[in-house]
Amino acid sequence: MTTKTITVVRDLLATNKQAAAAIRTELRARGILCVNLLSSPGSGKTTLLEALAERFRDRFRMAVIEGDIETERDAERIRAKGVPAWQITTGGACHLEARMIGKVLGDVPAAIDLLFIENVGNLVCPASYDLGEALRLVLLSSPEGDDKPAKYPQAFLSADALVLTKSDLLAYLPFDPGRAAAEALAIKPGLRIFTVSALRGDGMDGLAGYLAEALEGLRSGRA
Amino acid sequence: MHELSLVSSVFEVLEEKAREHGAVRITAVVLKVGIMSGAVPDLLESAFETFKKGTVAETARLEIVVVPVKVRCPDCGGEAVRADTDFSCAGCGSRRVEIVEGRELVVERIELET
Repeated sequence: MTTKTITVVRDLLATNKQAAAAIRTELRARGILCVNLLSSPGSGKTTLLEALAERFRDRFRMAVIEGDIETERDAERIRAKGVPAWQITTGGACHLEARMIGKVLGDVPAAIDLLFIENVGNLVCPASYDLGEALRLVLLSSPEGDDKPAKYPQAFLSADALVLTKSDLLAYLPFDPGRAAAEALAIKPGLRIFTVSALRGDGMDGLAGYLAEALEGLRSGRA
Repeated sequence: MHELSLVSSVFEVLEEKAREHGAVRITAVVLKVGIMSGAVPDLLESAFETFKKGTVAETARLEIVVVPVKVRCPDCGGEAVRADTDFSCAGCGSRRVEIVEGRELVVERIELET
């Protein structure tokens, strides 16, 4: 019997990264901007998408892939806004993986401008999985507390933009948007930060403009 | 808790390497886990113990090498290990740093018997 040491150096997320790269290539070729939304449960991901659906109604064609452990509730809320939505129920899994998105992608109509993926509500696990998105948005709502970026750094490190939600509650809560922003920027310099109330519409122009600009950038880069 | 999913990927690699080298058993597995990888070493260990029963790695010992965050600064050229979540350059304070280590999640090497 011989004992041997074998050098392997294999990335455990390699399979997911390959699937994500294929999705990114396909969506870029189709001129679709894909945005992955990450946050704790109840931070307002679905409400933000409802508000964007209203705002983009006459401007962009939107579609949404919803990830949840159970129920079609979020997809139903999005469909009620006239936006096509697909629900992925993970049945217990705490995050979406790229191959789950790949399976739905064939059903997404060709004439779409913005494809949002609402990840499973969880500020930890989804951060490790690239879904082939062009932009990753992390949401942090005022009731959660302004100390979360340093406590959950991976999510903020992996994001392109931070959306501080439920700004309409700031008058009642000890949440300091400046502190949340400073913590997040220490982890990820250059992170774009938006403070919004999806219900009242405050700050939504800035976020909508950012998404429109990213779509334009993706399409001009493609041409 | 996505460690079960990660450990199932470890076992795909182990089965493949065991076949490739004609191994009768795998005796050790070394993983490199970055602090910013999002995976928790304790949970990887528990998942590994659960998964290994009945596999070629049933008696294998798992070693996890935890990799701290190392940043490289394009402004001053410095490299430094950062202990907290302040990922600025330790030398010049620049915030334009690149994280060069600390996000990996890798099967580094294995020991096997043939």
